[in-house]
Amino acid sequence: MSTRLGTGGRLIDRTHKLNFSFNGKRLKGFAGDTLAAALMAENQMLVGRSFKYHRPRGIVAAGAEEPNALMNMGRGAKFEPNQRATTTELCEGLTAASQNHWPSLEYDIGALNQYAARVLPAGFYYKTFIHPRPFWKHVFEPIIRQSAGLGQAPKDRDSDRYEHFHADVDVLIIGGGVAGLQSAVIAGRAGARVLLLEQTAHWGGRAPVDGVEVDGQAADIWINNTVQALEAMPNVRLRARCMGAGVYDHGSVLAYERLTDHAPQTDAPRHRLWKIRAHQIITATGAIERPLSFAGNDIPGVMLAAAIRDYVVNYAVSPGDRTVIVTNNDDAYRTAIALHHAGLMVPCIVDARPTATGALPEQARALGIPVKTGTAIAKVKGGKRVTGVALCQQAGEGSVTEEIACDAVGMSGGWSPVVHLWSHCGGKLNWEDQGQFFRPDPARAPISHDGNAFVSAVGSADGHMLTQAVFDSAAAIGTEIATRLGRKVATEPVNVTGPQEQPLVPVWVMPQGAPVEARSKMWLDFQNDVKVSDVQLAAREGYESVEHTKRYTTLGMATDQGKLSNINGLAILANELNARIPEVGTTTFRPPYTPISMGAIAGEARGDIFQPLRRTPLHDWHEDHGAHWEPVGHWRRPYCFPRGEETHAQAVAREIKATRTSLGLLDASTLGKIVVKGPDAGRFMDMLYTNMMSTLQPGKCRYGLMCSENGFLMDDGVVARIDEDTFLCHTTTGGADRIHAHMEDWLQCEWWDWKVFTANITEQWAQIAVVGPNARKLLQKLGGGMDLSASALPFMGWAEGKIGDFDARVFRISFSGELSFEVAVPASQGRAFWDALHAAGAEFNATPYGTEALHVMRAEKGFIMIGDETDGTVIPQDLGLGWAISKKKDDYLGKRAQERAHMIDPARWKLVGLETLDGSVLPDGCYAVAEGVNANGQRNTQGRVTSTYHSPTLSKGIAIGLVLHGPDRMGEIIEFNKVDGGVIRTRIVSPVFYDPEGEKQNV
Amino acid sequence: MFNSVSALPGAFSAGAATVSEAGLVGMVTLKADLTDKKVAAAVFEVGGAKIPGQRCIEIAPAGAIAWMAPDEVLIVCSHADAPGVVADLDAKLTGTHHLAVNVSDARVVFDIQGPGAREILAKLAPVDLHPDSFQPGELRRTRIAQVAAAFWMTGDDAFRLVTFRSVAQYAFDVLAMSAKPGGEVRYF
Repeated sequence: MSTRLGTGGRLIDRTHKLNFSFNGKRLKGFAGDTLAAALMAENQMLVGRSFKYHRPRGIVAAGAEEPNALMNMGRGAKFEPNQRATTTELCEGLTAASQNHWPSLEYDIGALNQYAARVLPAGFYYKTFIHPRPFWKHVFEPIIRQSAGLGQAPKDRDSDRYEHFHADVDVLIIGGGVAGLQSAVIAGRAGARVLLLEQTAHWGGRAPVDGVEVDGQAADIWINNTVQALEAMPNVRLRARCMGAGVYDHGSVLAYERLTDHAPQTDAPRHRLWKIRAHQIITATGAIERPLSFAGNDIPGVMLAAAIRDYVVNYAVSPGDRTVIVTNNDDAYRTAIALHHAGLMVPCIVDARPTATGALPEQARALGIPVKTGTAIAKVKGGKRVTGVALCQQAGEGSVTEEIACDAVGMSGGWSPVVHLWSHCGGKLNWEDQGQFFRPDPARAPISHDGNAFVSAVGSADGHMLTQAVFDSAAAIGTEIATRLGRKVATEPVNVTGPQEQPLVPVWVMPQGAPVEARSKMWLDFQNDVKVSDVQLAAREGYESVEHTKRYTTLGMATDQGKLSNINGLAILANELNARIPEVGTTTFRPPYTPISMGAIAGEARGDIFQPLRRTPLHDWHEDHGAHWEPVGHWRRPYCFPRGEETHAQAVAREIKATRTSLGLLDASTLGKIVVKGPDAGRFMDMLYTNMMSTLQPGKCRYGLMCSENGFLMDDGVVARIDEDTFLCHTTTGGADRIHAHMEDWLQCEWWDWKVFTANITEQWAQIAVVGPNARKLLQKLGGGMDLSASALPFMGWAEGKIGDFDARVFRISFSGELSFEVAVPASQGRAFWDALHAAGAEFNATPYGTEALHVMRAEKGFIMIGDETDGTVIPQDLGLGWAISKKKDDYLGKRAQERAHMIDPARWKLVGLETLDGSVLPDGCYAVAEGVNANGQRNTQGRVTSTYHSPTLSKGIAIGLVLHGPDRMGEIIEFNKVDGGVIRTRIVSPVFYDPEGEKQNV
Repeated sequence: MFNSVSALPGAFSAGAATVSEAGLVGMVTLKADLTDKKVAAAVFEVGGAKIPGQRCIEIAPAGAIAWMAPDEVLIVCSHADAPGVVADLDAKLTGTHHLAVNVSDARVVFDIQGPGAREILAKLAPVDLHPDSFQPGELRRTRIAQVAAAFWMTGDDAFRLVTFRSVAQYAFDVLAMSAKPGGEVRYF
């Protein structure tokens, strides 16, 4: 059993006990524990079930590479799935539960899958799609949905807050082990602005656990001194619990800081996403130990050798009373020695190498630990826990030579540099035969905008596995980086004492001649249940590319992205393909290094500040008066103002009636307002709009259409000419920013020599449409001296002056068909002006109306609406707007496109009015049906509805739509479909339903 | 007579720094060839300071001249003066291609003051706010969270931020959220 040792534990505080629970069991640990350490101390080695076969799985690692110990963490609003127990700091009251089992972790029915492993081979998932066809839907999918999956999705709204932070540095160092610390010292002394990140809560990485001595002192002392020295440097910042997550173009880096995961009751952001710009990046990300592939290497109790060392030294946790070490290198002997020093039994060290004569093996032998060279594990015995190992010759096929009882196995297949961050932005790798790993190739580093390298790897992340070499590389890289930044640096040599190590011997399968039954029990990828036999099968089925093999077998997928399995899997694939490992290559390393929370990505953007909400100067009034809101872009506009028990439809009808009979008031502030000014403004306007704008007289307005280069109608609105040089363009609400960008695009990229300036002044003005037969009376009542008579300010004229005390621009334009003045006042005066209109308008029953009344009234007049009558495929000619297309101009944006064959095709659907025979309202988006069916067996169509409303003015349904040869078919009756399959008989009519002569607006 | 009102009169929040709405501020956008001596003279005469360098602001006796783009400056003045500034610029630049327009009411102005001011902005804006890089005289036209903004320093630990009027509430909310106690970064 695993247990807590009586003494030791460099990271724990035995005076500070913490309570936590696992699967409802109440357990205890110490401050400083990781959840994994505390679970092992309580003999909870079994922590989950595997993804596919639901095999019992235990803790394998001690860090970010852990594939098995994934937890559903927390409860309710603090619930989060797939959290690694090895990187979770224990805190009081922590609640964890294991994943992927039913009904319980101890007794899991899904474990039957492993007996069906023969029918769940590599690519099983894809094979089920193909044959036999109906099986996927009816057999496989329901079973897989039931059995697959890791954590649960959270059900409650996350109660924590998150944020972002931007930082610019000269040198960003990712990894706070000795390599990172030493690099920071050098860069810091050179005067650079330095940020050093460490993903765990502790500085110094592995060095203290590995018993390294630096400058004659224990590594801990050097680390503490160095951290203090760095903290004293004003130009250096250190950040623990902050993981470098991804490296992107031009020195952009994302880092993931976990502020309160270890103290969840703190009122502070839980995670902070750092967005860093670094001139130079040093990856000091260390190395990860590789498992060995032997039968039963996934049974709980089989762990990475270095992880066992971590648990013993850092947390005083013993993985078991008797631990067998299996290795192909010298480093694993450190674990045997550490266990021995902790008073635990190491029955033997199984070394696959023919000989082991290095300093560490000799030290182990001197301690009386048997070393069996040339030996392999034939199989691990046990189910939910290791009970022993059967040994054999590594060179053979697995005949058992002896069996040794033990309750833990520490395995080491060598170390692989963590090259992820180096590789994210294109850094290339070389294969190193001596250590059997990929290491960064400094000649093919990630390149920045200036063609120079911006990422450097240092320490064991660069393949330097001995500590002296780690320090030497830190000095070399630190100096090089300082030089790249144009800084001078003086390095002091650091002397490390530690044993020399003999080279490893590559061992990818143990024993090397293992039969298929054994290879089907050798796990490569613990998280995804991929075995040696699966990769071999994939190779036999023709998967030569490592990327394809990854997808086919799922090797290296899911939350750990193959941190333990990749190299072993590649080696198996290479062997099967009879290729060298570097010829097979690696899969792509993509950010983030380990998963980061969705909350961190979202940052502050949630709840009320999920998105900016744009408010007009009258927003509060609308809210106070019960507006039902409609989102229009980021704006909120009142849809209608229901009173009392009114339905929305009743409110809309009332608003329209009041407007048509007396007086309505509309907040039109959201309409885009763009000033275009300059000697070439007229010429520019003629290009932007389809009609002739340069002839517009100051003081006058003209309705205009704007098309894209491809001829499609993209915006419309009224243009007012302010003076000889200046136009004011009104755009649609949603079009303001887009059209301003469109103007600047043409001005800056194409017509850069035209003398035109533009400015988007949409928000400078509160604009209120005063509409209805009493509109003029109301404005005249307010006074101010402007002559608003029909002769002084005729339809489509505008004037500037005072309305009451307000600074006003008055545009006599109408989107409702009524007498209408759109009055713009500076936004700061908007609310007071609106209040004044209501106060003075009371005698005229001044009624605020919303966007729906606006829509209905414009449809009654047959006015088009961008986004209703247009959808990006409609040209002005389709909408009967030929009158707004100048025939005199040589050119305008879209002109050439509108001459293309498809655009002049007489069969294009054209705008008409539609009136149902029974007065009902046509359904939104319905189609006019035609005889016969098309090639797909669908009913042919001859038109569609673009706008449809109940008209309170006319007391019937009205619609406008696009119909084949529509304008030539006035009076004809056609049929529109209904969702229930029936049709509605509808007459084609003029789109102008109300006041076709325009008498009402022109008074 | 009525009162002209800014977007969020009296809005105030305390935290790692205070965030307060500055009330009505006059602002005039001038687009012109900034290398033209006539333009520089007009700006100096009307705005009271020279044309600032790229990403900079020149403080004037009654306001400031802020660099906005290679062909654009923002003249900051009192709210009441803004129409006059436009008229004066138009008069002085008759015959010179330019666009002067009052944008005072299209904007909202916030003051962010206190030891955490730099950090609050660094949470929201992709700007190097390190004291070595950003001091009074510097200006950035950038974004805070999801909206466009510009800011400059008005003293030690004091920033003035301009954004669009319609998003005043959003801007205030993200600034106040970033200033909330517990979120101190202690980076600068």
